[in-house]
Formats: sequence, structure tokens, C-alpha cells
Amino acid sequence: MKYLRQFLIILFITFIGEVFNLVIPLPIPASIYGLVILLVALLTGIIKVEMVKEASAFLIEIMPLMFIPAAVGLIESWGILKPICLKISVITVVSTVAVMAVSGLVTQAIIRNGRRKSDE
Amino acid sequence: MNDLLTQSTFFGVAVSILAYEAGVVLRKKLKWGILNPLLISIVVVIVLLLVCNIDYDSYYEGAKYLSYLLTPATVCLAVPLYEQISLLKKNFIAIAGGILSGVLTSLVSVLIMSVVLGLNHEQYVTMLPKSITTAIGMGVSDELGGIVTITVAVIIITGVLGNIIAEAVCKIFRIKEPVAVGIAIGSSAHAVGTARAMEIGEIQGAMSSLSIAVAGLLTVVGASVFAGFY
Repeated sequence: MKYLRQFLIILFITFIGEVFNLVIPLPIPASIYGLVILLVALLTGIIKVEMVKEASAFLIEIMPLMFIPAAVGLIESWGILKPICLKISVITVVSTVAVMAVSGLVTQAIIRNGRRKSDE
Repeated sequence: MNDLLTQSTFFGVAVSILAYEAGVVLRKKLKWGILNPLLISIVVVIVLLLVCNIDYDSYYEGAKYLSYLLTPATVCLAVPLYEQISLLKKNFIAIAGGILSGVLTSLVSVLIMSVVLGLNHEQYVTMLPKSITTAIGMGVSDELGGIVTITVAVIIITGVLGNIIAEAVCKIFRIKEPVAVGIAIGSSAHAVGTARAMEIGEIQGAMSSLSIAVAGLLTVVGASVFAGFY
């Protein structure tokens, strides 16, 4: 029953996220509203972390699997991808590596800079 | 035999999980970075569908239940984030600066390469939201007049790519701080990358989850500005 109750809480918050998504005319998905709602509920103590811990750990653990159907769906859009395939690939690879490197290095530089200052 | 496979509701899910498990075992045994369980399962399922001549719709009939769990699973990313909230408060400026620089790098790099490679405006705005989570990216692409189907495809390819190369890129650029690793993965490869960050460590996973939401929202604003540049 513990898991069922945890799952219920998670699904209920997801549902509230869906309501927000329908009511507020912004391109923000239900999942992001839900994430913020759950975070606020945890921070304010409305929901204790023990009330969702195991079920959420399970869902997060199997998360990579949830992307398989969408990725396999690429065979459906292959027709429209094919003509611009090479250009798209170049942009995707270069930009993904660039974003990863820049965001990581900037974060790390600011963290280390702050640490050095507090050492002095 | 074929009718059996196309009519089964459970075949799609079973094959997806089996291929993923096989990927996990292979990676443990051979320890090659390229043997990414997610990539292996995608390739295995695609090959299987093509070889057995099963159309995507019948596969999806069962596999949709895996996709169904994605929204609640994303909501659950609040839990590791909550557990690392003190880290977020302590490194607030570094995290905000890192994600903002990532979003700008994404938009600027897509702009430059679209000009260089001669993409038209429609293709350019289609590519702009490539590094953010699918649900937000679709909305952005649609709003700016992009081709939503291609945006979705590019977002998924970006995520899977980020998932595969995350550790190698962090190693090459000597990104070692756990917080920085998480921000790097989440800003560049959204939820699919975050799945990998979760496996690397709790801090990395929590920071990556945070980046999905923040980078997504910043891109909504940034992309609409950048759409006017080309």
C-alpha cells in the first residue's frame, strides 16, 4: 500500500500540473509545473520526502526507458529529416558539445573563484 | 507470426525493456562508453521493427505506456533537487550563470551554423529549441513557425547524443565539480541527458534536473528574440 499511496501523490501533483498547463497560456509543459509544485510542497513541508521517496526513486531509475518509444519514432519522421539530414547532424553535434562545455566550464569557474576568495 | 506480433500490446514494452537490459549488461561486461543502453535499445527496437516488418503504430500501442510515465517521472525530479537544495542555495550564482551561458551558447551556435550552412528561416527556428525538453521545445518551435516534427526529432537526437557523450566531454574539458557536471548535462541534453546524470551521481542528477526547467524557460524568452536575427 505504501507504494500505491506514493504513486497516488505523484500522479495527483502531475494532474495539478496538467491543469496549470491547460489554464495558463504559456508553452510550459505539465511536467515542469508539476516539478515546481512538488518542490514547493517539499520545501514548505506540505509533503514529507518520505511520502514520495521510494516511488519517485523507482520512476527516476527507469526514466531512460521512457525515451525509447519517442526515439524509435524517428523512423516515422525519417522522410522529412532525410533531405536536411547532414546539416542538422552538424548543427546538433557541434552545438550540443559547445553548450555542454560552456555551461559546465562557466559553472565550475564561478564555483572555484568563490572558493578561492573565501580561502583568502 | 507477424499478426501475433502486431496485435500484441505487451510485445513493444517487453522488447524495449529487454533491449535496455541487454545494453546494461553489455556495458558492464565490456566497459565501452559507446555501449549506451539507451542507444542500444533504440537501435535494437528499430532494427527489429524493420526486419519483422512491424509498423511503428503497432509497436507504439504497447510502448506508449512507457512514454506515459514520463510526465510523472519528470515531476519526481523535484525529489533529488529538494535533497540538494542547500547546494543550490550555496552555488546560486554559479548555477544561474552556467545555465544562462549554456542557453546563450545554444542559441548563438545554432544562429551561426544556420547562416554558414544556408538554412532558411523556417529551418533555423526549427533548430533553435534543440537543447530543451521536448514539451517546451515543441511549443517554442510552433510559436516561431518552425516544423514541429523535425524539432521533436532533433531534440531527441540531441538528448541521446548528450546522454552518450556526457562523460567524455566533461573529461576532455576537465569539468570535475559535480555541480558543474550536472549543469553541463542538463543545459545541453535536457531530460535524456539527466537520466545519465542521475547514474553518475545524486548531485549531478539534481543539478541536471534543475537545468531542464531553467534552461527550458530561458529558451522560451531567448528563442523568440533570436528568431528575429536571421
